[in-house]
Amino acid sequence: MITFDSVTKRYPDGTVAVDHLSLEAPTGEVTVFVGPSGCGKTTSLRMINRMIDATEGEILLDGRPVREIDPPTLRRGIGYVIQQAGLFPHKKIVDNIATVPHLLGWDRGKARARAMELLERVGLDPAMGERYPFQLSGGQQQRVGVARALAADPPVLLMDEPFSAVDPIVRTSLQDELLRLQAELNKTIVFVTHDIDEAIKLGDRVAVLRVGGRLAQLADPKTLLSEPADDFVREFLGRDRGIRRLQFVSTEGLRLRTDLTVPEGYEGGRSEPWLLVVTKDGRPLGWIAGDGRGGPEPYGTFRPGQDSMRAALDAALLSPSGCAVAVDEEGKVAGVATREALDAALAEAADA
Amino acid sequence: MRDALLADGPPAIWLVADGPPTIWEWIARNWDTGRGGSIKNLLGDHLVMSLVPIVAGLALALPLGLASVRWRWLYQPTAGLFNVIYALPSLPVFMLLISVTGLSKTTVIIPLTFYAIAVLIPAVVDGLGSVPDHVRQSAVAMGFTPLRRLLRVELPIATPVVLAGLRVVAVSSISLVSVGAVIGEGGLGMLFTRAYQNPFLPPVIVGIVLIVALALVADALLVLAQRLLTPWVRARRAS
Repeated sequence: MITFDSVTKRYPDGTVAVDHLSLEAPTGEVTVFVGPSGCGKTTSLRMINRMIDATEGEILLDGRPVREIDPPTLRRGIGYVIQQAGLFPHKKIVDNIATVPHLLGWDRGKARARAMELLERVGLDPAMGERYPFQLSGGQQQRVGVARALAADPPVLLMDEPFSAVDPIVRTSLQDELLRLQAELNKTIVFVTHDIDEAIKLGDRVAVLRVGGRLAQLADPKTLLSEPADDFVREFLGRDRGIRRLQFVSTEGLRLRTDLTVPEGYEGGRSEPWLLVVTKDGRPLGWIAGDGRGGPEPYGTFRPGQDSMRAALDAALLSPSGCAVAVDEEGKVAGVATREALDAALAEAADA
Repeated sequence: MRDALLADGPPAIWLVADGPPTIWEWIARNWDTGRGGSIKNLLGDHLVMSLVPIVAGLALALPLGLASVRWRWLYQPTAGLFNVIYALPSLPVFMLLISVTGLSKTTVIIPLTFYAIAVLIPAVVDGLGSVPDHVRQSAVAMGFTPLRRLLRVELPIATPVVLAGLRVVAVSSISLVSVGAVIGEGGLGMLFTRAYQNPFLPPVIVGIVLIVALALVADALLVLAQRLLTPWVRARRAS
Protein backbone atom coordinates (compact mmCIF):
# COMPACT_ATOMS: atom_id res chain seq x y z
CA MET A 1 0.00 0.00 0.00
CA ILE A 2 1.17 3.49 -0.87
CA THR A 3 0.10 6.22 1.54
CA PHE A 4 0.23 9.95 0.86
CA ASP A 5 0.13 11.78 4.16
CA SER A 6 -0.50 15.47 3.65
CA VAL A 7 2.13 15.64 0.89
CA THR A 8 3.05 19.05 -0.49
CA LYS A 9 5.48 19.93 -3.27
CA ARG A 10 6.47 23.57 -3.39
CA TYR A 11 9.12 24.82 -5.81
CA PRO A 12 11.68 27.48 -4.86
CA ASP A 13 9.79 30.06 -6.95
CA GLY A 14 6.73 29.53 -4.78
CA THR A 15 4.70 27.43 -7.21
CA VAL A 16 2.73 24.74 -5.44
CA ALA A 17 2.50 21.62 -7.59
CA VAL A 18 0.90 19.36 -5.00
CA ASP A 19 -1.03 20.72 -2.05
CA HIS A 20 -1.53 18.62 1.09
CA LEU A 21 -2.41 15.46 -0.78
CA SER A 22 -3.60 12.63 1.43
CA LEU A 23 -4.75 9.35 -0.02
CA GLU A 24 -4.03 5.65 -0.13
CA ALA A 25 -3.28 3.42 -3.10
CA PRO A 26 -4.32 -0.02 -1.78
CA THR A 27 -2.22 -3.10 -2.44
CA GLY A 28 -3.23 -5.04 -5.53
CA GLU A 29 -5.44 -2.28 -6.90
CA VAL A 30 -5.17 0.25 -9.70
CA THR A 31 -5.31 3.81 -8.40
CA VAL A 32 -5.59 6.41 -11.15
CA PHE A 33 -4.52 10.04 -10.78
CA VAL A 34 -6.49 12.05 -13.29
CA GLY A 35 -6.83 15.76 -13.90
CA PRO A 36 -6.04 18.62 -16.28
CA SER A 37 -2.46 19.74 -16.95
CA GLY A 38 -0.96 21.47 -13.97
CA CYS A 39 -2.88 19.39 -11.44
CA GLY A 40 0.30 17.80 -10.12
CA LYS A 41 -0.57 14.23 -11.07
CA THR A 42 2.84 13.41 -12.56
CA THR A 43 4.61 15.24 -9.72
CA SER A 44 2.64 13.14 -7.23
CA LEU A 45 3.60 9.96 -9.06
CA ARG A 46 7.28 10.88 -9.18
CA MET A 47 7.36 11.62 -5.50
CA ILE A 48 6.61 7.95 -4.86
CA ASN A 49 9.93 6.76 -6.33
CA ARG A 50 11.68 9.97 -5.29
CA MET A 51 12.39 11.29 -8.77
CA ILE A 52 10.99 14.37 -7.06
CA ASP A 53 11.22 14.82 -3.31
CA ALA A 54 8.23 16.08 -1.35
CA THR A 55 8.61 19.42 0.41
CA GLU A 56 6.27 18.52 3.25
CA GLY A 57 4.40 15.47 4.36
CA GLU A 58 5.29 11.84 4.01
CA ILE A 59 4.86 9.11 1.43
CA LEU A 60 4.83 5.63 2.87
CA LEU A 61 5.43 2.40 1.02
CA ASP A 62 3.87 -0.37 3.10
CA GLY A 63 4.26 1.85 6.13
CA ARG A 64 7.87 2.80 5.47
CA PRO A 65 8.67 6.42 4.57
CA VAL A 66 10.24 6.49 1.08
CA ARG A 67 12.62 9.30 2.07
CA GLU A 68 14.42 6.80 4.30
CA ILE A 69 15.20 4.56 1.33
CA ASP A 70 18.20 5.23 -0.94
CA PRO A 71 16.66 6.36 -4.29
CA PRO A 72 18.33 3.81 -6.62
CA THR A 73 17.40 0.96 -4.27
CA LEU A 74 13.85 2.27 -3.92
CA ARG A 75 13.46 2.62 -7.70
CA ARG A 76 14.73 -0.87 -8.50
CA GLY A 77 11.82 -2.17 -6.46
CA ILE A 78 9.22 -0.10 -8.30
CA GLY A 79 8.32 -0.64 -11.95
CA TYR A 80 8.00 2.52 -14.02
CA VAL A 81 6.41 3.07 -17.42
CA ILE A 82 6.43 6.44 -19.19
CA GLN A 83 4.71 7.93 -22.19
CA GLN A 84 7.28 7.39 -24.95
CA ALA A 85 8.27 4.07 -23.35
CA GLY A 86 11.75 5.50 -22.75
CA LEU A 87 13.44 2.40 -24.14
CA PHE A 88 17.22 2.51 -24.49
CA PRO A 89 17.84 2.96 -28.23
CA HIS A 90 21.27 1.32 -28.01
CA LYS A 91 20.06 -1.89 -26.41
CA LYS A 92 18.27 -4.83 -27.96
CA ILE A 93 14.71 -5.39 -26.76
CA VAL A 94 15.71 -8.36 -24.61
CA ASP A 95 18.42 -6.29 -22.89
CA ASN A 96 16.01 -3.41 -22.45
CA ILE A 97 13.61 -5.68 -20.61
CA ALA A 98 16.42 -7.18 -18.53
CA THR A 99 17.63 -3.73 -17.39
CA VAL A 100 16.51 -3.89 -13.77
CA PRO A 101 17.48 -7.56 -13.30
CA HIS A 102 20.96 -6.55 -14.54
CA LEU A 103 21.03 -3.67 -12.05
CA LEU A 104 20.03 -6.07 -9.32
CA GLY A 105 22.90 -8.33 -10.29
CA TRP A 106 20.91 -11.27 -11.60
CA ASP A 107 22.78 -13.92 -13.48
CA ARG A 108 22.81 -13.08 -17.21
CA GLY A 109 21.07 -16.24 -18.36
CA LYS A 110 18.33 -15.89 -15.78
CA ALA A 111 17.75 -12.24 -16.71
CA ARG A 112 17.48 -13.13 -20.41
CA ALA A 113 15.12 -16.01 -19.75
CA ARG A 114 12.92 -13.73 -17.66
CA ALA A 115 12.97 -11.12 -20.44
CA MET A 116 11.88 -13.64 -23.06
CA GLU A 117 9.09 -14.88 -20.81
CA LEU A 118 7.83 -11.31 -20.32
CA LEU A 119 8.01 -10.58 -24.02
CA GLU A 120 5.45 -13.31 -24.59
CA ARG A 121 3.46 -12.27 -21.58
CA VAL A 122 2.85 -8.79 -23.01
CA GLY A 123 1.81 -10.29 -26.33
CA LEU A 124 4.96 -9.90 -28.42
CA ASP A 125 6.78 -12.37 -30.62
CA PRO A 126 9.90 -13.61 -28.76
CA ALA A 127 11.84 -13.10 -32.03
CA MET A 128 11.51 -9.36 -31.38
CA GLY A 129 13.95 -9.73 -28.50
CA GLU A 130 16.88 -9.41 -30.88
CA ARG A 131 15.65 -6.18 -32.46
CA TYR A 132 16.36 -2.61 -31.49
CA PRO A 133 13.62 -0.26 -30.23
CA PHE A 134 13.61 1.78 -33.44
CA GLN A 135 12.47 -1.29 -35.34
CA LEU A 136 9.26 -1.52 -33.31
CA SER A 137 6.00 0.42 -33.64
CA GLY A 138 4.90 2.79 -30.90
CA GLY A 139 2.44 0.26 -29.51
CA GLN A 140 5.03 -2.52 -29.50
CA GLN A 141 7.54 -0.24 -27.78
CA GLN A 142 5.00 0.53 -25.11
CA ARG A 143 4.41 -3.20 -24.54
CA VAL A 144 8.15 -3.60 -24.12
CA GLY A 145 8.02 -0.68 -21.68
CA VAL A 146 5.47 -2.58 -19.59
CA ALA A 147 7.51 -5.79 -19.81
CA ARG A 148 10.61 -3.90 -18.68
CA ALA A 149 8.77 -2.45 -15.72
CA LEU A 150 7.65 -5.94 -14.70
CA ALA A 151 11.04 -7.60 -15.21
CA ALA A 152 12.17 -7.81 -11.59
CA ASP A 153 8.61 -8.57 -10.47
CA PRO A 154 8.20 -5.40 -8.39
CA PRO A 155 5.08 -5.24 -6.19
CA VAL A 156 4.44 -1.65 -7.24
CA LEU A 157 4.05 -0.25 -10.75
CA LEU A 158 4.00 3.46 -11.58
CA MET A 159 2.60 4.38 -14.99
CA ASP A 160 2.87 7.94 -16.27
CA GLU A 161 0.48 8.48 -19.18
CA PRO A 162 1.83 5.30 -20.75
CA PHE A 163 -0.73 5.00 -23.52
CA SER A 164 -1.33 8.61 -24.56
CA ALA A 165 1.17 8.68 -27.42
CA VAL A 166 -0.38 5.81 -29.40
CA ASP A 167 -3.42 5.79 -31.68
CA PRO A 168 -6.86 5.00 -30.21
CA ILE A 169 -7.08 1.43 -31.48
CA VAL A 170 -3.66 0.50 -30.12
CA ARG A 171 -4.48 2.36 -26.91
CA THR A 172 -7.61 0.28 -26.38
CA SER A 173 -5.72 -2.95 -26.90
CA LEU A 174 -2.94 -1.84 -24.54
CA GLN A 175 -5.54 -0.97 -21.90
CA ASP A 176 -7.23 -4.35 -22.27
CA GLU A 177 -3.83 -6.01 -22.07
CA LEU A 178 -3.02 -4.15 -18.88
CA LEU A 179 -6.31 -5.19 -17.30
CA ARG A 180 -5.64 -8.80 -18.31
CA LEU A 181 -2.11 -8.66 -16.87
CA GLN A 182 -3.35 -7.02 -13.70
CA ALA A 183 -5.94 -9.76 -13.23
CA GLU A 184 -3.04 -12.26 -13.22
CA LEU A 185 -0.43 -10.25 -11.35
CA ASN A 186 -2.33 -8.13 -8.82
CA LYS A 187 0.24 -5.36 -8.66
CA THR A 188 -0.23 -2.15 -6.75
CA ILE A 189 -0.52 0.24 -9.67
CA VAL A 190 -0.58 4.02 -9.66
CA PHE A 191 -1.59 5.22 -13.10
CA VAL A 192 -1.49 8.83 -14.28
CA THR A 193 -3.64 10.05 -17.16
CA HIS A 194 -5.44 13.17 -18.34
CA ASP A 195 -8.06 11.00 -20.05
CA ILE A 196 -11.06 10.47 -17.78
CA ASP A 197 -12.35 7.58 -19.90
CA GLU A 198 -9.05 5.79 -19.46
CA ALA A 199 -9.21 6.50 -15.72
CA ILE A 200 -12.72 5.05 -15.49
CA LYS A 201 -11.81 2.02 -17.56
CA LEU A 202 -8.63 1.10 -15.70
CA GLY A 203 -9.07 2.39 -12.18
CA ASP A 204 -10.28 0.50 -9.16
CA ARG A 205 -10.09 3.92 -7.55
CA VAL A 206 -9.85 7.25 -9.30
CA ALA A 207 -8.34 10.36 -7.72
CA VAL A 208 -9.45 13.49 -9.53
CA LEU A 209 -6.97 16.32 -8.97
CA ARG A 210 -7.59 19.97 -9.67
CA VAL A 211 -5.06 22.58 -10.81
CA GLY A 212 -2.76 23.47 -7.93
CA GLY A 213 -2.46 19.88 -6.83
CA ARG A 214 -5.49 19.49 -4.60
CA LEU A 215 -7.58 16.35 -4.41
CA ALA A 216 -11.07 17.00 -5.72
CA GLN A 217 -12.48 13.51 -5.28
CA LEU A 218 -11.31 9.98 -4.63
CA ALA A 219 -13.84 7.29 -5.46
CA ASP A 220 -14.40 4.13 -7.44
CA PRO A 221 -15.40 4.88 -11.04
CA LYS A 222 -19.08 4.04 -10.59
CA THR A 223 -19.46 6.38 -7.62
CA LEU A 224 -17.48 9.05 -9.42
CA LEU A 225 -19.91 8.95 -12.34
CA SER A 226 -23.06 8.91 -10.24
CA GLU A 227 -22.00 11.22 -7.43
CA PRO A 228 -19.40 13.76 -8.55
CA ALA A 229 -18.29 15.79 -5.53
CA ASP A 230 -18.58 19.20 -7.12
CA ASP A 231 -18.90 21.16 -10.36
CA PHE A 232 -15.23 20.75 -11.21
CA VAL A 233 -15.46 16.96 -11.11
CA ARG A 234 -18.82 17.01 -12.92
CA GLU A 235 -17.38 19.15 -15.68
CA PHE A 236 -14.22 17.07 -15.89
CA LEU A 237 -16.26 13.89 -16.23
CA GLY A 238 -17.98 15.41 -19.25
CA ARG A 239 -21.26 14.38 -20.83
CA ASP A 240 -23.04 11.03 -20.89
CA ARG A 241 -22.23 10.24 -17.29
CA GLY A 242 -25.44 8.23 -17.00
CA ILE A 243 -24.74 6.12 -20.06
CA ARG A 244 -21.08 5.63 -19.11
CA ARG A 245 -22.10 4.54 -15.65
CA LEU A 246 -23.93 1.62 -17.26
CA GLN A 247 -20.59 0.05 -18.08
CA PHE A 248 -20.36 -0.85 -14.41
CA VAL A 249 -23.81 -2.52 -14.40
CA SER A 250 -23.65 -6.23 -15.05
CA THR A 251 -25.85 -8.02 -17.57
CA GLU A 252 -25.75 -11.12 -15.40
CA GLY A 253 -29.35 -10.90 -14.20
CA LEU A 254 -30.78 -9.70 -17.48
CA ARG A 255 -33.88 -11.70 -18.43
CA LEU A 256 -33.44 -13.38 -21.82
CA ARG A 257 -36.19 -14.75 -24.04
CA THR A 258 -35.43 -17.81 -26.12
CA ASP A 259 -38.72 -18.03 -27.94
CA LEU A 260 -38.07 -15.17 -30.39
CA THR A 261 -35.84 -17.05 -32.83
CA VAL A 262 -36.82 -18.66 -36.10
CA PRO A 263 -34.82 -20.73 -38.58
CA GLU A 264 -33.73 -19.52 -42.03
CA GLY A 265 -36.57 -19.63 -44.56
CA TYR A 266 -39.24 -18.47 -42.09
CA GLU A 267 -42.26 -17.23 -44.06
CA GLY A 268 -44.46 -15.65 -41.45
CA GLY A 269 -47.19 -16.85 -39.17
CA ARG A 270 -46.13 -15.65 -35.71
CA SER A 271 -47.74 -12.72 -33.98
CA GLU A 272 -44.53 -11.14 -32.64
CA PRO A 273 -43.59 -7.84 -34.39
CA TRP A 274 -39.93 -8.94 -34.85
CA LEU A 275 -38.20 -12.31 -34.89
CA LEU A 276 -34.52 -13.20 -35.02
CA VAL A 277 -33.46 -15.42 -37.92
CA VAL A 278 -30.80 -17.89 -36.81
CA THR A 279 -28.59 -19.99 -39.08
CA LYS A 280 -28.38 -23.79 -38.81
CA ASP A 281 -25.22 -23.55 -36.63
CA GLY A 282 -26.94 -21.15 -34.24
CA ARG A 283 -25.53 -17.81 -35.36
CA PRO A 284 -27.73 -14.71 -35.74
CA LEU A 285 -28.57 -13.67 -39.29
CA GLY A 286 -30.83 -10.66 -38.71
CA TRP A 287 -34.27 -9.48 -37.64
CA ILE A 288 -37.32 -10.20 -39.71
CA ALA A 289 -40.86 -8.83 -39.35
CA GLY A 290 -43.37 -11.21 -37.78
CA ASP A 291 -45.21 -11.60 -41.08
CA GLY A 292 -42.05 -12.85 -42.72
CA ARG A 293 -41.75 -9.96 -45.11
CA GLY A 294 -38.59 -7.97 -45.78
CA GLY A 295 -34.96 -9.06 -45.62
CA PRO A 296 -33.01 -9.68 -42.44
CA GLU A 297 -32.44 -6.35 -40.68
CA PRO A 298 -29.26 -5.40 -38.75
CA TYR A 299 -28.74 -6.61 -35.21
CA GLY A 300 -26.40 -5.95 -32.27
CA THR A 301 -24.95 -8.54 -29.91
CA PHE A 302 -23.60 -8.68 -26.37
CA ARG A 303 -22.23 -11.44 -24.16
CA PRO A 304 -24.42 -11.72 -21.07
CA GLY A 305 -22.47 -11.71 -17.82
CA GLN A 306 -19.33 -10.47 -19.53
CA ASP A 307 -20.39 -7.31 -21.32
CA SER A 308 -21.90 -4.42 -19.40
CA MET A 309 -25.41 -2.99 -19.61
CA ARG A 310 -23.90 -0.27 -21.76
CA ALA A 311 -22.98 -2.86 -24.40
CA ALA A 312 -26.42 -4.48 -24.14
CA LEU A 313 -28.18 -1.15 -24.56
CA ASP A 314 -25.91 -0.33 -27.48
CA ALA A 315 -26.77 -3.66 -29.10
CA ALA A 316 -30.48 -2.95 -28.65
CA LEU A 317 -30.19 0.48 -30.26
CA LEU A 318 -28.53 -1.04 -33.33
CA SER A 319 -31.52 -3.08 -34.37
CA PRO A 320 -34.99 -2.01 -35.56
CA SER A 321 -36.60 -4.39 -33.05
CA GLY A 322 -35.05 -2.56 -30.08
CA CYS A 323 -33.91 -5.91 -28.73
CA ALA A 324 -30.34 -6.97 -27.98
CA VAL A 325 -29.08 -10.36 -29.12
CA ALA A 326 -27.27 -12.33 -26.44
CA VAL A 327 -24.52 -14.57 -27.80
CA ASP A 328 -22.17 -17.05 -26.16
CA GLU A 329 -18.39 -17.30 -26.50
CA GLU A 330 -18.70 -18.91 -29.93
CA GLY A 331 -21.06 -16.28 -31.23
CA LYS A 332 -24.12 -18.54 -31.05
CA VAL A 333 -27.43 -17.05 -30.02
CA ALA A 334 -28.18 -17.55 -26.34
CA GLY A 335 -31.37 -15.52 -26.26
CA VAL A 336 -32.83 -12.10 -26.78
CA ALA A 337 -33.05 -9.23 -24.30
CA THR A 338 -36.26 -7.38 -25.08
CA ARG A 339 -36.99 -3.73 -24.37
CA GLU A 340 -39.00 -4.76 -21.33
CA ALA A 341 -36.08 -6.76 -19.91
CA LEU A 342 -33.64 -3.90 -20.57
CA ASP A 343 -36.08 -1.44 -19.05
CA ALA A 344 -36.35 -3.46 -15.87
CA ALA A 345 -32.57 -3.80 -15.60
CA LEU A 346 -32.07 -0.06 -16.18
CA ALA A 347 -34.61 0.82 -13.51
CA GLU A 348 -32.76 -1.48 -11.13
CA ALA A 349 -29.43 0.15 -12.04
CA ALA A 350 -30.84 3.60 -11.39
CA ASP A 351 -31.91 2.51 -7.92
CA ALA A 352 -28.56 0.97 -7.08
CA MET B 1 65.52 26.58 -37.69
CA ARG B 2 67.49 25.70 -40.79
CA ASP B 3 69.92 24.04 -38.46
CA ALA B 4 67.16 21.92 -37.12
CA LEU B 5 66.25 20.85 -40.63
CA LEU B 6 69.79 19.91 -41.45
CA ALA B 7 70.33 18.14 -38.19
CA ASP B 8 67.96 15.36 -39.26
CA GLY B 9 69.56 15.42 -42.65
CA PRO B 10 67.73 15.47 -45.96
CA PRO B 11 66.85 12.27 -47.79
CA ALA B 12 69.52 11.09 -50.10
CA ILE B 13 68.08 12.48 -53.29
CA TRP B 14 70.54 15.33 -53.63
CA LEU B 15 73.38 12.93 -53.73
CA VAL B 16 72.24 11.20 -56.92
CA ALA B 17 74.70 11.96 -59.68
CA ASP B 18 73.45 10.55 -62.94
CA GLY B 19 70.21 12.48 -63.67
CA PRO B 20 66.99 12.62 -61.64
CA PRO B 21 65.66 9.21 -60.57
CA THR B 22 62.11 8.05 -61.23
CA ILE B 23 59.65 8.31 -58.36
CA TRP B 24 59.92 4.57 -57.70
CA GLU B 25 63.69 4.68 -57.65
CA TRP B 26 63.50 7.62 -55.31
CA ILE B 27 61.14 5.82 -52.97
CA ALA B 28 63.28 2.69 -53.00
CA ARG B 29 66.37 4.66 -52.14
CA ASN B 30 64.79 6.78 -49.45
CA TRP B 31 62.33 4.41 -47.80
CA ASP B 32 64.70 3.22 -45.13
CA THR B 33 68.06 4.94 -45.13
CA GLY B 34 68.64 4.38 -41.45
CA ARG B 35 68.66 8.16 -41.02
CA GLY B 36 66.06 10.40 -39.42
CA GLY B 37 64.88 11.75 -42.73
CA SER B 38 63.92 8.44 -44.33
CA ILE B 39 60.34 8.13 -45.52
CA LYS B 40 59.77 5.34 -43.04
CA ASN B 41 60.90 7.45 -40.11
CA LEU B 42 58.95 10.48 -41.29
CA LEU B 43 55.85 8.29 -41.55
CA GLY B 44 56.42 7.07 -37.99
CA ASP B 45 56.89 10.65 -36.73
CA HIS B 46 53.75 11.69 -38.55
CA LEU B 47 51.74 8.91 -36.96
CA VAL B 48 52.94 9.79 -33.46
CA MET B 49 52.35 13.52 -33.88
CA SER B 50 48.82 13.03 -35.23
CA LEU B 51 47.67 10.14 -33.03
CA VAL B 52 48.79 11.61 -29.71
CA PRO B 53 46.66 14.77 -30.20
CA ILE B 54 43.64 12.66 -31.26
CA VAL B 55 43.83 10.41 -28.21
CA ALA B 56 44.85 13.14 -25.77
CA GLY B 57 42.23 15.48 -27.22
CA LEU B 58 39.49 12.89 -26.66
CA ALA B 59 40.76 12.08 -23.18
CA LEU B 60 40.65 15.77 -22.21
CA ALA B 61 37.50 16.74 -24.11
CA LEU B 62 35.44 14.01 -22.41
CA PRO B 63 35.76 15.38 -18.85
CA LEU B 64 35.53 18.97 -20.11
CA GLY B 65 32.40 18.12 -22.09
CA LEU B 66 30.86 16.24 -19.16
CA ALA B 67 31.61 19.18 -16.87
CA SER B 68 30.04 21.54 -19.41
CA VAL B 69 26.88 19.45 -19.38
CA ARG B 70 26.82 19.15 -15.61
CA TRP B 71 27.45 22.88 -15.05
CA ARG B 72 25.83 24.58 -18.04
CA TRP B 73 27.47 27.96 -17.31
CA LEU B 74 30.87 26.37 -17.90
CA TYR B 75 30.15 25.47 -21.51
CA GLN B 76 30.30 28.84 -23.29
CA PRO B 77 33.53 30.06 -21.58
CA THR B 78 35.23 26.68 -22.13
CA ALA B 79 34.13 26.32 -25.74
CA GLY B 80 34.99 29.99 -26.33
CA LEU B 81 38.48 29.62 -24.92
CA PHE B 82 39.27 26.60 -27.06
CA ASN B 83 37.82 28.28 -30.13
CA VAL B 84 40.10 31.26 -29.60
CA ILE B 85 43.07 28.91 -29.32
CA TYR B 86 41.83 27.17 -32.47
CA ALA B 87 41.72 30.53 -34.23
CA LEU B 88 45.33 31.40 -33.36
CA PRO B 89 47.60 30.93 -36.39
CA SER B 90 49.87 27.97 -35.80
CA LEU B 91 53.15 29.71 -36.61
CA PRO B 92 53.12 32.18 -33.69
CA VAL B 93 51.86 29.39 -31.45
CA PHE B 94 54.89 27.31 -32.42
CA MET B 95 57.17 30.28 -31.75
CA LEU B 96 55.62 30.73 -28.34
CA LEU B 97 55.88 27.04 -27.47
CA ILE B 98 59.49 26.69 -28.68
CA SER B 99 60.57 28.77 -25.70
CA VAL B 100 59.04 26.09 -23.44
CA THR B 101 59.25 22.79 -25.25
CA GLY B 102 61.98 23.56 -27.78
CA LEU B 103 62.19 22.19 -31.32
CA SER B 104 60.48 18.95 -30.43
CA LYS B 105 57.48 16.87 -31.37
CA THR B 106 55.77 18.15 -28.23
CA THR B 107 55.73 21.63 -29.74
CA VAL B 108 53.62 20.26 -32.61
CA ILE B 109 51.54 17.92 -30.47
CA ILE B 110 50.34 20.56 -27.98
CA PRO B 111 48.55 22.92 -30.39
CA LEU B 112 47.07 19.96 -32.31
CA THR B 113 45.71 18.62 -29.03
CA PHE B 114 44.08 21.96 -28.34
CA TYR B 115 42.51 21.93 -31.80
CA ALA B 116 41.19 18.45 -31.16
CA ILE B 117 39.69 19.58 -27.85
CA ALA B 118 38.08 22.59 -29.53
CA VAL B 119 36.25 20.29 -31.96
CA LEU B 120 35.50 17.49 -29.47
CA ILE B 121 34.01 19.49 -26.57
CA PRO B 122 30.96 20.53 -28.61
CA ALA B 123 30.76 16.96 -29.95
CA VAL B 124 30.62 15.55 -26.43
CA VAL B 125 28.12 18.18 -25.30
CA ASP B 126 25.90 17.68 -28.37
CA GLY B 127 26.24 13.92 -28.06
CA LEU B 128 25.00 13.95 -24.49
CA GLY B 129 22.34 16.44 -25.57
CA SER B 130 21.14 13.88 -28.12
CA VAL B 131 20.06 11.54 -25.31
CA PRO B 132 16.25 11.84 -25.34
CA ASP B 133 14.85 13.18 -22.11
CA HIS B 134 12.45 10.25 -21.69
CA VAL B 135 15.37 7.83 -21.98
CA ARG B 136 17.28 9.66 -19.27
CA GLN B 137 14.15 9.79 -17.11
CA SER B 138 13.47 6.11 -17.47
CA ALA B 139 17.08 5.31 -16.57
CA VAL B 140 16.67 7.34 -13.39
CA ALA B 141 13.33 5.70 -12.66
CA MET B 142 14.75 2.20 -13.02
CA GLY B 143 17.36 2.86 -10.38
CA PHE B 144 20.56 3.64 -12.27
CA THR B 145 23.09 5.47 -10.12
CA PRO B 146 24.33 8.69 -11.78
CA LEU B 147 27.71 7.20 -12.72
CA ARG B 148 26.24 4.01 -14.10
CA ARG B 149 23.66 5.99 -16.03
CA LEU B 150 26.45 8.05 -17.60
CA LEU B 151 28.55 5.02 -18.53
CA ARG B 152 25.80 2.62 -19.59
CA VAL B 153 23.18 4.88 -21.07
CA GLU B 154 24.25 8.44 -21.82
CA LEU B 155 27.77 7.95 -23.21
CA PRO B 156 26.79 5.00 -25.43
CA ILE B 157 23.93 7.02 -26.90
CA ALA B 158 26.30 10.00 -27.36
CA THR B 159 28.85 7.82 -29.18
CA PRO B 160 27.72 8.43 -32.78
CA VAL B 161 27.95 12.21 -32.38
CA VAL B 162 31.32 12.01 -30.60
CA LEU B 163 32.67 9.67 -33.28
CA ALA B 164 31.55 12.08 -35.99
CA GLY B 165 33.62 14.78 -34.27
CA LEU B 166 36.51 12.38 -33.89
CA ARG B 167 36.53 11.72 -37.65
CA VAL B 168 36.95 15.44 -38.31
CA VAL B 169 39.69 15.63 -35.67
CA ALA B 170 41.55 12.61 -37.04
CA VAL B 171 41.66 13.85 -40.60
CA SER B 172 42.55 17.43 -39.68
CA SER B 173 45.27 16.33 -37.23
CA ILE B 174 46.87 14.09 -39.80
CA SER B 175 46.84 16.91 -42.33
CA LEU B 176 47.96 19.65 -39.90
CA VAL B 177 51.05 17.81 -38.66
CA SER B 178 52.85 18.85 -41.84
CA VAL B 179 52.76 22.48 -40.66
CA GLY B 180 55.33 21.39 -38.07
CA ALA B 181 57.85 21.29 -40.91
CA VAL B 182 58.55 24.97 -40.23
CA ILE B 183 60.20 23.97 -36.96
CA GLY B 184 61.71 20.81 -38.38
CA GLU B 185 59.09 18.42 -36.97
CA GLY B 186 56.57 18.05 -39.74
CA GLY B 187 56.57 14.31 -40.16
CA LEU B 188 55.78 13.67 -43.82
CA GLY B 189 55.46 17.44 -44.17
CA MET B 190 59.25 17.51 -44.21
CA LEU B 191 59.07 16.17 -47.72
CA PHE B 192 57.43 19.41 -48.91
CA THR B 193 60.03 21.82 -47.54
CA ARG B 194 62.57 20.52 -50.00
CA ALA B 195 60.43 21.21 -53.02
CA TYR B 196 61.36 24.89 -53.07
CA GLN B 197 65.01 24.14 -52.52
CA ASN B 198 65.14 21.80 -55.44
CA PRO B 199 62.46 21.55 -58.14
CA PHE B 200 62.10 17.82 -57.73
CA LEU B 201 58.58 16.46 -57.39
CA PRO B 202 58.70 12.85 -56.15
CA PRO B 203 59.06 13.81 -52.43
CA VAL B 204 56.05 16.14 -52.69
CA ILE B 205 53.94 13.51 -54.39
CA VAL B 206 54.95 10.84 -51.91
CA GLY B 207 54.22 13.21 -49.02
CA ILE B 208 50.77 14.11 -50.29
CA VAL B 209 49.83 10.52 -51.14
CA LEU B 210 50.98 9.16 -47.79
CA ILE B 211 49.23 11.89 -45.79
CA VAL B 212 45.97 11.40 -47.68
CA ALA B 213 46.32 7.63 -47.33
CA LEU B 214 46.89 7.96 -43.58
CA ALA B 215 43.82 10.17 -43.30
CA LEU B 216 41.71 7.69 -45.28
CA VAL B 217 42.90 4.74 -43.19
CA ALA B 218 42.21 6.61 -39.95
CA ASP B 219 38.75 7.59 -41.17
CA ALA B 220 38.00 4.04 -42.31
CA LEU B 221 39.06 2.70 -38.91
CA LEU B 222 36.75 5.16 -37.19
CA VAL B 223 33.86 4.22 -39.46
CA LEU B 224 34.54 0.58 -38.63
CA ALA B 225 34.64 1.44 -34.92
CA GLN B 226 31.32 3.22 -35.31
CA ARG B 227 29.74 0.15 -36.89
CA LEU B 228 31.02 -2.12 -34.16
CA LEU B 229 30.23 0.22 -31.27
CA THR B 230 26.86 1.48 -32.44
CA PRO B 231 25.04 -1.28 -34.29
CA TRP B 232 21.71 0.28 -33.33
CA VAL B 233 22.41 3.27 -35.58
CA ARG B 234 22.55 1.04 -38.61
CA ALA B 235 19.50 -0.82 -37.38
CA ARG B 236 17.64 2.47 -37.25
CA ARG B 237 18.57 3.34 -40.82
CA ALA B 238 17.57 -0.08 -42.06
CA SER B 239 14.11 0.11 -40.55
